[in-house]
Amino acid sequence: MMKHKPKIVWLQAITCNGNTHSLLSANPSRFELLLNTFDFFYHPSITTEKTLDDVLNLKEIDFLLLEGAVTSNKQFYQISDSSVTDLLKKVSKKSKYIISVGSCASYGGIHAKFEENSDIKGLQDTLNIVELKKLKQPIINLTGCPVHPEWILQTLFTLKEFGVISLDMQSRPKDIYYGLAHHGCTRNEYFEWKVEAKSFGHKEGCLFYEEGCRGPMTHSNCNRILWNDVNTKTRAGMPCIGCTEFDFPRDNMLETKKNIGIPSEVPFGINKRAYLTITGVAKTFKIDRLNKKLIE
Amino acid sequence: MSTKELKKNNIIENALKLFSTKGFYNTTIPDIAKAMKMSVGNMYNYFASKEELAKYAIKYSTNILAEQLRKINHMDISSKEKIFLFTKLYLENVKNSPEIIEYFLRVYLSNREVFAQGCEGFLCVSEFVTEVMIFLDEGASKGEFREQDFFSAFSMIMGCLGGFAFLSGEKVLDKDLLEYSDNIAENIYRALKSDDET
Repeated sequence: MMKHKPKIVWLQAITCNGNTHSLLSANPSRFELLLNTFDFFYHPSITTEKTLDDVLNLKEIDFLLLEGAVTSNKQFYQISDSSVTDLLKKVSKKSKYIISVGSCASYGGIHAKFEENSDIKGLQDTLNIVELKKLKQPIINLTGCPVHPEWILQTLFTLKEFGVISLDMQSRPKDIYYGLAHHGCTRNEYFEWKVEAKSFGHKEGCLFYEEGCRGPMTHSNCNRILWNDVNTKTRAGMPCIGCTEFDFPRDNMLETKKNIGIPSEVPFGINKRAYLTITGVAKTFKIDRLNKKLIE
Repeated sequence: MSTKELKKNNIIENALKLFSTKGFYNTTIPDIAKAMKMSVGNMYNYFASKEELAKYAIKYSTNILAEQLRKINHMDISSKEKIFLFTKLYLENVKNSPEIIEYFLRVYLSNREVFAQGCEGFLCVSEFVTEVMIFLDEGASKGEFREQDFFSAFSMIMGCLGGFAFLSGEKVLDKDLLEYSDNIAENIYRALKSDDET
């Protein structure tokens, strides 16, 4: 007897396709495992024999994944003469699990800043969860711009195997978002001794003081699982821009906001007074090794 | 606080008076022991050397100021009012316990070689510097202060107050020290305030 493969339906709303691109950049053997384990029934960007009508005719969907922000205003966005909101209301009723893939699907992301249309939001603000009788767990937010492909895979496999995944206050999987982007950053020694990066793209220095790095206040495991299995923004010399947090995107993301030279925000959960004391002390010491090029 | 800690603080208070009036090199451990009515040998049970005592003394004296500024920082008043209050407290210290500020000016700033190992930079004055940072950060984030470099702002406050303590120590002021308080505070405030503030 053939084992039932859980059905995945991926829909797109107002999106740049970034999360789709990210998924397609998954580690090939992991992606193969995903395709072998699940029935990837529908994705608008991937050529399959299935149409949207086939999705609407399905009795049950195991995993409904949405990429992109939602609007009920058909002037700005519609699919097959239907608003995204109407379409989602129909499809979500059939779904056992609903996953917002990326920041736009989670809370509107950059599109929510569009002033001409005040009705742009995330999936959890669009659907009335009480009406979703088949739903086995609250709507899951995978924040990130884009999400890491492994976050999609880990969430799907966890739900398939265990039927439930534990979520944080923002409805994100705890196991993925419990730590900070700071954890595993190769620049931590520079952070400890307050040695600043001279500019972007260098191997040396910490990007927190001048370049706006949000690693110490952003929940993600980027620096632990790496992107494309090899690198991350901060490792490459680009600050973390905090794309997994709900205030993303912020203004002036490549600058550290300061008041009279004092960083206006300090690492997550750290008392500002304690942080400033330790900073002043650390800056007193000049560590030669940390002020040299790593490769001469 | 343990008995030993209390005794240590008592030694520091006596040492501050002697260091600030006679200078670091003209004050000896036997001088301090004499002021304490202690044996010289017993003094070494508390501080291994005169240099070590000098380093403890700078932490002790600046922590008095740090504590005063911390209390002010916690008050629900404007940054302008905080400047006026801190200036007044600082000058009261200069008037009532001159050894605290005098020690900073005439020993700590004047004999850097004594403090080079273990008290360099902000190491022994970090609690006070932190409070100045908190004070400036809050004033700027509320829009009361204009944006500028930390050190230029820091030296505006401490240079001004330290300079006045020096004038007071030299006994060249013709009025009571506290009569200058509001004028000094006004000067500090004007140097820091945002262009939007009146």
